Amino acid sequence: MTVRLDTDQEGRAVRSRKRAARRSAAEIGTPAMAVLQVAFGVLILVVWQLAAGRLVDEFMVSNPLAVISRLWEWIASGTIWIHVWATVYATLVGFAIGAAAGVVGGVWLGLSPFLSRLLNPYIWAFNALPKVALAPLFILWFGLDINSKIALAAVLVVFLVFVSTFSGVREVDRDLTDSLRLMGASRSQILFKVVLPSATSWIFVGLKTSVPYALIGTIIGEMIAANRGLGYLVQLAGSEFDTAGVFAALVVISVLAVIFNEIVGSVQLRMEGWKVVGR
Amino acid sequence: MSAEAMIELRSLHKTFGTGAEEVRAVEGVDLKISPREIVAFIGPSGCGKSTLLNMIAGLYEATAGEVYYNGREVTDVNTNVGYMTQKDNLLPWRNVLDNVALPLEINGWSRERRYEAARAMIAHVGLDGFEDKYSSELSGGMRKRACLARMLLYGPQALLLDEPFAALDAQLRIAMHELLLRLWQENQQTIVLVTHDLVEAITLADRVVVFTKRPARVAFEQAIDLPRPRDVQAVRFTKHFQRLYDTIWQRLREEYVEEKL
Repeated sequence: MTVRLDTDQEGRAVRSRKRAARRSAAEIGTPAMAVLQVAFGVLILVVWQLAAGRLVDEFMVSNPLAVISRLWEWIASGTIWIHVWATVYATLVGFAIGAAAGVVGGVWLGLSPFLSRLLNPYIWAFNALPKVALAPLFILWFGLDINSKIALAAVLVVFLVFVSTFSGVREVDRDLTDSLRLMGASRSQILFKVVLPSATSWIFVGLKTSVPYALIGTIIGEMIAANRGLGYLVQLAGSEFDTAGVFAALVVISVLAVIFNEIVGSVQLRMEGWKVVGR
Repeated sequence: MSAEAMIELRSLHKTFGTGAEEVRAVEGVDLKISPREIVAFIGPSGCGKSTLLNMIAGLYEATAGEVYYNGREVTDVNTNVGYMTQKDNLLPWRNVLDNVALPLEINGWSRERRYEAARAMIAHVGLDGFEDKYSSELSGGMRKRACLARMLLYGPQALLLDEPFAALDAQLRIAMHELLLRLWQENQQTIVLVTHDLVEAITLADRVVVFTKRPARVAFEQAIDLPRPRDVQAVRFTKHFQRLYDTIWQRLREEYVEEKL
């Protein structure tokens, strides 16, 4: 037995050395690549700046310096934060509501073959519907203020989270749940100790893909009818033929989107530490 | 039923599906297994041996016939048995300690008490030092040890082992046989072992039950009267072992001759 353990450890040592080699190769590349990436971005901006007003009508594309000065104006006056906050709030609340409903629904139907078969055609019909088209309805129901944006964000999120949770729950290894049943586990123990943990990576796929959609739902809601928010800002700038303002608002939106994605990614890493350890 | 049987199967039938897709897995199995007995089930793959174990465990419902466990009919999941399969069924997001302690956690033991018991059992199966490893970091043999520790921790009187060591290499399998027999000497559980490996069956069991091709019926039984405690290394080279092997092998060939051709 000890002999076996030794060879095993040797094997693992070889494997970890290989892994280290691969990692160091990737690490050498990373800073150089980062420099290249920044250089590429700068190049695009320079080309944009030089082309604007010369090759392309400045009215159409504005230019980077104008966009930056518009951004600075908004930040200096503090007006941007009102809009950012409105969008962040609606996105987060909408995401939370949609995600919670999606997880609960996915687990529930995932554990109930009867219900999932009964509701199957309705769920797919709902999924096929372009949810953005519900915006006028939500504005009627929830009014012009933030609640209609929350509803639109939530309805975009709920289905994505539902589908991935549902699949995750259906994929749970029958042998694992059986082994817990043999230990005398109750239904809720099986749910919390096996079903949810093993569906975690699936649920996270749904959460991660739905974060941008929460933002989309909010922005579209704000563009249709609102008095604040980044979508409103894009809409307002566009209606005033303020191209620099449109680009500035788009920059803020994409920064927000990146931040949201990073947060989800780091939460997922923390929750699935065992997977990282294992590889 | 007789009072001394721990597990009793009475004209047990199991059919999966209906109509054209009907598969008769088990057809009329009668068997009594006494307390502390180690019985090995041998039969061609897919013959329904695992289905039998699942019915003893109460995971499958019998189509006809009954399973009795300690004199009571098994109608629901039988939480008095320990079950171990070829796949290790450790929760991959838990380390060894939390995996082994799982049955006690389910029974509502406090963290301190269950960790103490789990640590002792982990040491007992020779896995001490690996408490914080995840199953993906363990070798096949270590996973088996973790599974054994987890199964033994809640003290089942009967162990159902479904080809538990099939995926291990030969030396490791012998080490696991040694461990299993040592643990059995201490606790004297009833063990039902499904296996393909005739040497494993004879080495461990008191009785080898050979099943027919599907649908599974008992083809014949052979008592294994090798003395205990057995030295799993030495016992297979004894004359008596060889005689038993030849006897069973002769009958096995008769039983499966069609399949061979």
